[in-house]
Amino acid sequence: MNMMKTALLGTAMAVLSGTSALAAGHGCDVTDGRINIIGNEFPAIQSVAAAALACANGIEAESNLTADHQTLNVAGMTGNPAEYTSAIIANSSIVALINEDVIRPLDDLVAAYGQDIPARQLITIDGQVMAVAFMANAQHLVYRKDVLEQIGMDVPTSYEEVLAAAEKIRAEGIMENPVGGAYAAGWNLAEEFVNMYLGTGGAFFEPGTANVSINNAQGVEALEMMKALTAYMNPDYLTHDSNATSAEWEAGNVALMNMWGSRTGVLMDEEGAAMEVYSNTVAGGPLTVGDSGVAASTLWWDGWTVAKNISDAEAEATFQALAHATSPALLNDETMSQAVWLMDGFQAQPVNEGVLATVAAGANPYPMLPFMGLLHSALGDNLADYLQGNESAEQALADVEAAYTAAAKEQGYLQ
Amino acid sequence: MKHSTFFWFVLPSAVLMLLFIALPIVSVVTQSMYAAHEQVVVTVENCGPFGCTETTAVDQEATQALKEAEPLGRYVGTGIYTDRNHLALNEVTAAWFNADGLPDFGSSLMNLPFYRALAFTLTYTFIVTPLTIIVGFFIALAVNTVAGWLKGPTIFLSLLPMVVTPIVGGLILFWMVDARGVLGGALQWLANDPTLSVKASTGLTWIMLMIYGVWHSAPFAFVVYYAGLQTVNQDTIEAALIDGASRWERIRYVVIPHLFPLTTFVALIQLMDNFRVFEPLVSFQAQAHAQSLSYFIFNDLGGETRLLSSAAATSVLTIIGVAILLSPVLIRTYRDFTPRT
Repeated sequence: MNMMKTALLGTAMAVLSGTSALAAGHGCDVTDGRINIIGNEFPAIQSVAAAALACANGIEAESNLTADHQTLNVAGMTGNPAEYTSAIIANSSIVALINEDVIRPLDDLVAAYGQDIPARQLITIDGQVMAVAFMANAQHLVYRKDVLEQIGMDVPTSYEEVLAAAEKIRAEGIMENPVGGAYAAGWNLAEEFVNMYLGTGGAFFEPGTANVSINNAQGVEALEMMKALTAYMNPDYLTHDSNATSAEWEAGNVALMNMWGSRTGVLMDEEGAAMEVYSNTVAGGPLTVGDSGVAASTLWWDGWTVAKNISDAEAEATFQALAHATSPALLNDETMSQAVWLMDGFQAQPVNEGVLATVAAGANPYPMLPFMGLLHSALGDNLADYLQGNESAEQALADVEAAYTAAAKEQGYLQ
Repeated sequence: MKHSTFFWFVLPSAVLMLLFIALPIVSVVTQSMYAAHEQVVVTVENCGPFGCTETTAVDQEATQALKEAEPLGRYVGTGIYTDRNHLALNEVTAAWFNADGLPDFGSSLMNLPFYRALAFTLTYTFIVTPLTIIVGFFIALAVNTVAGWLKGPTIFLSLLPMVVTPIVGGLILFWMVDARGVLGGALQWLANDPTLSVKASTGLTWIMLMIYGVWHSAPFAFVVYYAGLQTVNQDTIEAALIDGASRWERIRYVVIPHLFPLTTFVALIQLMDNFRVFEPLVSFQAQAHAQSLSYFIFNDLGGETRLLSSAAATSVLTIIGVAILLSPVLIRTYRDFTPRT
C-alpha cells in the first residue's frame, strides 16, 4: 500500500526533474453514441468535462455539473436507458452507485480503448475495474506564514501545536478567532470527525462486520480535540461549510485551518482577498492528534464511471471521451494547478503540496464500505449537541451508534 | 340532481384526486412497511491510487436474486415506525422507567430525533400561525385606510415577502443576522455584547426562524383579509359611527366578526404550511439547533445512501400530524355547515 503512495509521489517528483515528456495525446474523435456526464462542480472537474465534451463529433453530448450531483446521479442512472452515461464521483460516493448496481465494469473497455491508462488510475473492486481516477484530494493544514512569524512559532504538525499557536495569536491580539474549519453540522462536521478519529488510531467498525464501534476512548479523544479547537473558531462554526470557511480565510480572519487541497488554489490566487492574506497563505502537511502517529486526514480520489443501463455504443463513446479527457493531453498551464492530477506529466505546484504531503504521510483513504455513508449521516446529525455543550461526548457517540444501527437495520446491513 | 348527472359531474375531480392524492399516499404507506433486503456482503480487495485494501462490498448477483424474489423488499410492518430514528417506542419506554422524575424523562425524550423535531415543529406552528394572522390582519387594516393612489404600490410592497422564493429570502436574512451583518451588528450594539451571535445560540436561532416565518406568510393573511375588508357592510359601520363607536370598537364588534370565517381558512392553510416548515432550516443552516419532520425526509433522501423507507415512514407521520392539527378546525367547519334541526 505504501509502495503505491510512494509511486504516486514519485511520479510528481520524476516529472519535476523533467524526465518525463508531455505525451502527444491520442486521437479523440467520437462519432457514434451519446455522452452525458453528471458530476460535482469545481475547476478540475469542469476542465475534465469540457475536454470530454470536446471529443464529440456530431453526437449528443452534455454535462450537468452541480454540487447536488449526489442526489441526482443514482436516480439519473437507474432508468433504462439511463439519462447519464457517466457519473464523476469520489471514493465515498462510488459506493452508492455500486450498491444500486448502476455502473458497469470497465475491463473490456479498458482493454479496447484504455491501454494507455496507468494502473494506478484504475479503481478495481474484487478484480474488476469500476472507475478511472484522475485526481487525488485530501484535507491538510493551511496557514498564514506572516502570522506564525509574528508570534515566533514553527508551522504546527499536530493539533496540539495548533491549539498552542491559536492561544498565542489570540493572546497577542492579532486575531480573535484564529482557527478555521468546515464544521457545519451535517456532512462537513462528520468528515472532520472521520479525519480526527482516524488520527487517533480508531476504527469505525468491528473488523469484517457492519457493527459500529466508535463509543470508545479514541472517539472521546477525537471529540474533545474538536471541541478544544472550536473554542478558537468563529462562534458560528456550526453553520460554516467549506465555502464559508474559505470566505473567512479570504477575509483575513483566520490563520490556521484544516482545508481541502482542491480549494487551496482559490485561497492562494489574487481574487477575493487582500495581498497580505493571499501572498502569505501556505499549504502545510496533514496534522496529527495525540501520539498515534497517524495523520488526522483521509485520502480521496475523484474519478469517472460508465453507466450500466446504456447501449454499448454509448458506453464506448463515453469511455473514449473521458479517457482522453483524463489523459496527459488535459494538462496545460491553466489546468496544471487545478488538482493533484494522477496522469503522467503532472508537475506539482505550490498549491498541491498539502495533498502530496498527506499522501506521503500515509493517511488512510476514506473507507469505501457499503455502510459508511449511513455512519457519515449519523455522525453529521448527532455531534453538534456535544460541541454545543448539551451532552457528554459518550452520550453523543452513543446517539451516533444508535442512529446508525437503526438505519443499517433498515438497509439490511444489520439484523 | 339526477344520479347520473351527479356522477358525470363529479367523475373528473374524483379521478384526479384518486390519481394525485390517494395513490401517492397508498404508495408511501406501502413503501414505509418494506425495508431493503438483507444485504449479501462479501469481502473483496479494493485497489486504487492509494494502494490496495481489504474491504466489503454488496454481492450484486445474490442481491439481484433477492430483488427478483421480493421486488418490494422485506416486509417489516410497523418496524420502521417504531425504530429509534422515528417513534423510538423502546427508547421512550426505557427512558420512562429509568427516568429520575419528569424533567429527566423530558431530556431523554429530547435526545431522540423525532421528538426533538416535533418539539421545534409544534412550537414553530403554534407561535407563527397566530402571529401571522394578527400581523396580516393589521397590515390589511392599515392598507385599507391608505389613500387611493397609494394603494397599488403599498399592496405590491406588502406582498413582496411572499413573492421572494423562501430559500432566497431565508438566505438574505441569514447573511443579515451574521455577526458581521447589518442586523447581527445592530443586535450586538443593542445588547452591548460584541460576542453575541444569533447563529450560535439555539434560542436566538429559533426566534430568528419564527420571525422569518411570520415575515414570509403574513402577506398571505393580508391578502385574504384585505379582500374580506372590501365586503364589510358600510351601513353597519355607519350605524356604529352614529352610535358613537370608536375606531377600535368598530373593528372589534363589526369587522372582526365579519372576517371570522376567513380566519378559519387562513388558520387551516397556515397550520398545514407551518407544520411542514423546511426551507428556512436549509437556508439558515440551522440543522444543529432546529430540525423538522420535513427536514428529516430531505436528509434521508439526500444522503449518500438513500433511506427510502425511513423517508416514507416520516412522510406518513407528517400526514398524521397534519391531520391531528387540522381536526379541531375541520370539526368546527363541519358543525358550521351542518344544518341544525
